[in-house]
Amino acid sequence: MTHDSYDDAFIRGILDQVKSVAIVGASQGDDKPSMFVVKYLSERGYRVFPINPGRAGQLVAGVEAYARLADVPEPIDMVDVFRRADAVPQVLDEVLALSKLPKIFWMQLGVRNDEAAARAEAAGMTVIMNRCPKIEYGRLSREIGWVGVNTRTLSSKKPQRFGGGVQRLQLGPGLRKPR
Amino acid sequence: MDQESKSAQRAPGFSTLSVHAGAQPDPTTGARATPIYQTTSFVFDDVEHAAQLFGLQTFGNIYTRIGNPTCNVLEERVAALEGGTAALSVASGHAAQVNVFHLLMTPGDEFVAAKKLYGGSINQFNHSFKAFGWNVRWADPDDISSFEKAITPKTKLIFIESIANPGGIVTDIEAIAKIAQKANIPLVVDNTLATPYLCRPFEHGADIIVHSATKFLGGHGNSIGGVLVDGGKFNWAGDDRYPMISKPRPEYQGIVMAETFGNFAFAIAARTLTLRDLGAALSPFNAFLIITGIETLPLRMQKHCDNTLSVAKYLSGHQAVKWVSYAGLPNDPTHKLAQKYCPKGAGSVLTFGLKGGFEAGVKLVSDVQLFSHLANIGDTRSLIIHPASTTHRQLNDEQKVAAGAGPDVVRLSVGIEDVEDLIADLDQGLA
Repeated sequence: MTHDSYDDAFIRGILDQVKSVAIVGASQGDDKPSMFVVKYLSERGYRVFPINPGRAGQLVAGVEAYARLADVPEPIDMVDVFRRADAVPQVLDEVLALSKLPKIFWMQLGVRNDEAAARAEAAGMTVIMNRCPKIEYGRLSREIGWVGVNTRTLSSKKPQRFGGGVQRLQLGPGLRKPR
Repeated sequence: MDQESKSAQRAPGFSTLSVHAGAQPDPTTGARATPIYQTTSFVFDDVEHAAQLFGLQTFGNIYTRIGNPTCNVLEERVAALEGGTAALSVASGHAAQVNVFHLLMTPGDEFVAAKKLYGGSINQFNHSFKAFGWNVRWADPDDISSFEKAITPKTKLIFIESIANPGGIVTDIEAIAKIAQKANIPLVVDNTLATPYLCRPFEHGADIIVHSATKFLGGHGNSIGGVLVDGGKFNWAGDDRYPMISKPRPEYQGIVMAETFGNFAFAIAARTLTLRDLGAALSPFNAFLIITGIETLPLRMQKHCDNTLSVAKYLSGHQAVKWVSYAGLPNDPTHKLAQKYCPKGAGSVLTFGLKGGFEAGVKLVSDVQLFSHLANIGDTRSLIIHPASTTHRQLNDEQKVAAGAGPDVVRLSVGIEDVEDLIADLDQGLA
């Protein structure tokens, strides 16, 4: 699997099937990108688990944080890693030790570690690198068009609003009904 | 039609993007054409929602000075056509330039600019930018080494036009991009005269593109507007010289644009820092007209180019004409560059000098019946002007000649009328 680019259908499929996301490296500061991702995904129907030993038991961006991946009380579909590339193998070790293996191992924008990717794939996981799930959801739902970003998608379908509350769009026609 | 519903992801063609990029039926009403969201403001769902929007944590609309859904369509459309990561629409091409410079320059900084530019840009650089302490050093696109020689430790960017006003000459973008890369500074290209139909500067190493959408993008001479486009390739992260993009911003609780927004950080900073504070927002109605114009961009540009080449050839053979400057002509000094950078055509702006000099130029401008005498380019209608007494008036004689706008020069922006009628009009005017 080449990781230089990913088909939109592939990313959309992942984001549609995933229901729970653990965010590793969920930082202290509320101004950090990882916090935005926690908030954004939880508002779009994902169950989000920030992993941060320093904030275990506290609410982080409105969601309870845990000290370690193993502490999360539910099966995790996707692990999203906000750590430097050289710290990824250690995170992967923790992921591989979980009783129920997550389906998706996702590394954030600017994070790429091909060796860890190969190891995760050998264990049966799907790997995404150097992408942000918030930006990808924003791109595929076309919400990110609201800030002038090139979504690199075209559609003649009417976008579906994603329930009441915060201005949100569904991931695509017929996908991700509000939970 | 969903782009990626088939197995391999196809990239849509230019004409498809011209019609569709950035647009979708309206979620509320299903309206197919882009609605004109002629509103200043947008309600929040609750206080939490408002806080998130103001904190840049979620995507959405707040206030038309900062963003508007009609303008968003224009932004994504131009970003897609240029192959950029994101774009920002503003009140005019000049505003786009102010916005770009405001993000990259601080008082005392320098920038290198090609001397073959639209007169309005030359004035902006020599006067208003100078008043901000942004100091221009001029370089000659006919002597590429002059760009490198003009760079100092204070230089923050290089600025050129792809096809240059008024003489319709083509600049060697790649050669200048290499110089910019070596100095680790961004290359800003004004792609107004070419539009992405003829030339895509990102493919040749540009980092940021600016447009006067007033011209060929809108194409119908009815709306002033500008767009800046982020190429997504320049590495802003950790670069102390560009603190608006690389450093924690006090305006947004310490967010680092380059860290949070990756390869579209420049465009986000342009919106949330500069546009927000300097205020040159584009009217949603203008955006609608420009979007509508762009839908026919490929058709119009090809007709513009075909017409202009015919007119240029006609003028070259005319006994009253001393010289013609148009890169589409085979003997033009930048013809080879035109073949490389804009193979579909050399655009629709050209200049020529009359043997009868200044007086003959004035007579021609008065006698034409179909060409409109006004200051603009890139309309469906053919346009004529004498740059030395208008667009380049405030330059001194030496600067005028250097810019290709000497006293005997007449500039045409050839429209999409039947070319026989245009030639007949010039013919009777030159008689």
